[in-house]
Amino acid sequence: MSQGSMNLMIGGEAGQGLVTIGQVLAKALVKSGYHILVTQDYMSRVRGGHNTFTIRFSPQDLDSPCEGLDLLVALNQETLARHAKELNAGAVVLADTGLSCGQTPCLNVPYEDLADKRYLNTVALGVAASLLKLDLELVAQTLETAIGKKKGDKVVEENRQALEKASQWAAGQEHGLKPPAPEKEPDKRMMLGGNQAIALGALAGGLKFVAFYPMTPSTAIALTVIAHAEQMGVVYEQAEDEIAAVNMALGASYAGAPALVCTSGGGYALMTEGVSLAGMTETPLVIALAMRPGPATGLPTRTEQGDLLFALHGGHGEFPRAILTPGSVKQCFAAGYRALHLAEKYQTPVFILTDQFLADSLRALTPFDLSGLTPVRPGGGGASGGDYRRYAITGDGISPRRLPGMGPELVIADSDEHDQEGHITEDLELRVRMNDKRLAKQKGLRAEVEPPVFVGPEAADTLLVSWGSSQGPVAEAARRLGEEGQSVATCHFSQVWPLVPDQFAERFKKAGQVVVIEGNATGQFAGLLRKEAGIQAQRFIGRYDGLNLTPEYILRQLAS
Amino acid sequence: MMVDIKDYGDFETAWCPGCGNFSIRKALIQALAESDLAPHQILLVSGIGQAAKTPHYLRCNCFNGLHGRSLPAATGAKLANPELKVITTSGDGCNYGEGGNHFLAALRRNVNLTMLAHDNQIYGLTKGQASPTSMEGMHTKAQPTGVHSYPFNPVAVAVSMHVGFVARGFAGEVEHLAGLIKQALAHPGLSLVDILQPCVSFNKLNTFQWYKERVYKLGEGAEHDPADWDAAIRLSYEFGDRIPIGVIYTNDRPAFDSYFPVLNKGPLATQEVDYGVMEKVLESYC
Ligand SMILES: Cc1ncc(C[n+]2csc(CCOP(=O)(O)OP(=O)(O)O)c2C)c(N)n1
Ligand code: SF4
Ligand SMILES: [Mg+2]
Repeated sequence: MSQGSMNLMIGGEAGQGLVTIGQVLAKALVKSGYHILVTQDYMSRVRGGHNTFTIRFSPQDLDSPCEGLDLLVALNQETLARHAKELNAGAVVLADTGLSCGQTPCLNVPYEDLADKRYLNTVALGVAASLLKLDLELVAQTLETAIGKKKGDKVVEENRQALEKASQWAAGQEHGLKPPAPEKEPDKRMMLGGNQAIALGALAGGLKFVAFYPMTPSTAIALTVIAHAEQMGVVYEQAEDEIAAVNMALGASYAGAPALVCTSGGGYALMTEGVSLAGMTETPLVIALAMRPGPATGLPTRTEQGDLLFALHGGHGEFPRAILTPGSVKQCFAAGYRALHLAEKYQTPVFILTDQFLADSLRALTPFDLSGLTPVRPGGGGASGGDYRRYAITGDGISPRRLPGMGPELVIADSDEHDQEGHITEDLELRVRMNDKRLAKQKGLRAEVEPPVFVGPEAADTLLVSWGSSQGPVAEAARRLGEEGQSVATCHFSQVWPLVPDQFAERFKKAGQVVVIEGNATGQFAGLLRKEAGIQAQRFIGRYDGLNLTPEYILRQLAS
Repeated sequence: MMVDIKDYGDFETAWCPGCGNFSIRKALIQALAESDLAPHQILLVSGIGQAAKTPHYLRCNCFNGLHGRSLPAATGAKLANPELKVITTSGDGCNYGEGGNHFLAALRRNVNLTMLAHDNQIYGLTKGQASPTSMEGMHTKAQPTGVHSYPFNPVAVAVSMHVGFVARGFAGEVEHLAGLIKQALAHPGLSLVDILQPCVSFNKLNTFQWYKERVYKLGEGAEHDPADWDAAIRLSYEFGDRIPIGVIYTNDRPAFDSYFPVLNKGPLATQEVDYGVMEKVLESYC
C-alpha cells in the first residue's frame, strides 16, 4: 500500500469505456467516504492506443498522485506489458482469461461468461468494486447517473446484471487485497477536475461570456461553463479560431460581460495580439491557459509546465498582467473567482495557468462556500457626467470604466496610443504619460499578490520550491523526507506574477539549499526567481517527458 | 427628441482631401440621424486602416481594435449588450484579407450587426499594396508585375451564403448610400454593405471616374427582386463594364442572438448572478 492509501489503475485502449468506469469507480469511492486523486494519461486519438485512468484513494486528504500500483485492471495486453513492473507487493491484477499474464500473478476474469461483450467494462467495474468492498447498489446508481438513464431502461438492466454477475464471481475469489477503511461519516463531497473548478470559480465570480476554439487540455473549461450557461445566464460561442475567440471576449468585456477564453499553448500563440489589445484598451480579460508539452503541437494530451515565460511575455508592448498558478483543484476554483475580480479591478489581462495533469485531475471536495463571495460588477468608478474620459489619468492608473450604451457617456476604446478620451494620438509626451498610467496599475496588482505558502521548519536544510500543479508531489516528497528525519521545508507559489521578493526572499536565504522543482526542461521559474529576486537556486529538478511530477520522481532526483 | 446630424459632431480627420471616406462618413451620419439613433446608442467597431479610423470622426461609442478583427469584437459586444446598435467600419484589407476567416464565420453566424466595408480595392494606410479585391493586372510596388490573384467578391460570397441583407453602395452616391445603410441598420441580422470607395492617393485604376462610368442603381429602370436568390447571384457577379449598386439580396433568417433567451432580458451587465442557482450547480457535482 502507498502511505495509507491505495493506488489503482485501469488501462486499455481508447473506446473501451475505461474513462466511464474510471469516473464511476472514482465517484463511488467518494460517495463511500474516500478522498481521491485521479490522474489521466491518454493518447491523442479516439480509438485504440494505450490510455490509463489512475485513482489513488485514502480515508485522508491526498496531496499527490504516487507511483506503484495496488490494483491493476488490464483491459488489454499492452496494459500488462507496460505496467506489470509498477506493481507493489501484494498487488492484484485483473485480466481477461484471454490475456497472457506471464510471470505476473493475475486474477483471470472470464469476461465473456459473465456478460455480453458490450459490457466488458461494466464487468471490470463490478469486479474492481467488489474487491474494494464498495456497495453494489451505490455503484449501480452511480453508473446509471453517469450514462444518464433511468431504472427500467434495457441498457440499465443489462448493466445491472453484468455488475451483479461480476460481483458474485469476485466474491468467490482469493485475492488478499485490503483496502483502507473509509471515513465513517463522510461529508457530502463533489467530484471535480481542475478545468471544472476553474469554470465554476469563474461563474461564481460573475462570468457572463466565454469564447473558445477547442484545444486539449483546456476545452472542458468552456464545456463546463456551457453546461450551466442557460441556468447562469451566460452567453458562449465556439469561435472560428483563437484570434476570434479572444477578440470576441474583448468585445463582450468592453460591453459589460465579464469574459474568459480558454486555450493551450498553440491557441494562446494566436491570441497574443489580443492579449496586447486587452492591455492597451484596458479591457478586463481572463485567459485560462492549460499547458501541454510543446514546441508546436508537441504531445497534445500530456502535461508540462513549459509556458510560464510565454504566459508572462506573450503580447507585444509593455502592460501589466497577473498570472495565477493554482496548485490543486480547490485552488482552481479560487483562481477562477479571483481572476475575474482582478481583471475587472485592474482592467488588464489575468491568466490562470494550469496543465493537463491538474486540468484532468479529479478530486473529492466539500462544496465551495459561496458566503462572502460576490460576483464582479463591470463598470463604475469616478463621477459620471458630460466630461467623462475613459482613460482619465489617475494616481493608481485605474480609470473610471463605463459601459457603452448604458448611459449618456460615450466609451471610446482604442488600440492605437490614445488620449485620455480614447482618441488616437501621436503626441509623444502624452504617449509617455499614458504608458506610465497603464503600468502604474502594477503597484496595486503587486499589493494584492497572494504570498507563497511555506510549510516546514523556518531554516530548513532543504527548501523545495514549486508553483502550480507541482505543489502536491513536492508536498508529499517533503513529508516523506521529514518522516526520515531530514530537515525539509516547501514553498508553493499559487501566483507567479507579479513576483514580490519581500514576501519570500528572507526565508529563502535561511535555507541550506533551495531546490526549484517544475515540469519543464529549462527551469523557467528558477530563472524568474534569479531575475526578479536575485535568488540563485542551488538545484533545479525538471520533468518534461509528458508525465506529471510524482513524489517518487522527486525523491529519485534528489538522491541522484 | 429627434436626433440631428449635428449631434454627431465635427472632427478633424487624417484622410487625404478628396478621399471617398468623407462621403461614407456623411452617408453614415445621415442614416443614423434618419434612424433616430443617438450617439450613445450606437457602437462603432473597427480594425486598423484608413477606413477603420471612421469611429474617431463622429460622436459614438467606439471600439477601435486590431487590424482584421472588427467582426469578432463586434460579435462579442453585441452578444453582451443586445440593445446596442453595432456597426463595423473597416477596409477591404481588414475585412477580407487579415480578417477573412472572421468574414466567412460572420456570414454563417448571422449576428445582428451592420458591416460597412469601405472597399477601395487597395491597402491605403500602408501606402498602396494590393488588397484581396484589387483587380488583376493592377500594378503596385509590392506587385510590380501586376496582381495575379483572382479578386475576392464579397458580395457574391455573402449572397451564396444566404446572408440576410447584402448591398453594394458607392461613395459617390451619398443619398443612395445613406438609404442603403438605413435599410441595413433596420435589418435584424447580419447586414453587409460593400462600399466602392475611391482612394485618390493609391488606387489609380479604380478612380472616381472609373466607378462613375460603371455604376447603375437597381430599381431605377433596372428592376430586381432582392428576395430572388438566383437573380441576386447573377447580379453579384456583375463587376466590369457595369456595376449594380443597391440591395442585392435579402432574407429573414433568424439572427444568432435570438437563440440566447438570456439576451431577451437586456444587457448581460444588468443581470444579477443568482447564487441560489450557483449552489444547485455545485450540488450537481456531489
Ligand atoms: C497585424 C497587423 N498586420 C499589419 C498591419 C498593418 N496594416 C495596417 S492597415 C493595413 C491595410 C489597410 O488596408 P485596408 O484594410 O483596405 O484599409 P484602408 O487603409 O485601405 O482603408 C495594414 C496591412 C497591422 N496594423 N496589423
Ligand atoms: S490613402 Fe486613400 S483611402 Fe486613405 S485617406 Fe487617402 S485617399 Fe483615402
Ligand atoms: Mg482598403
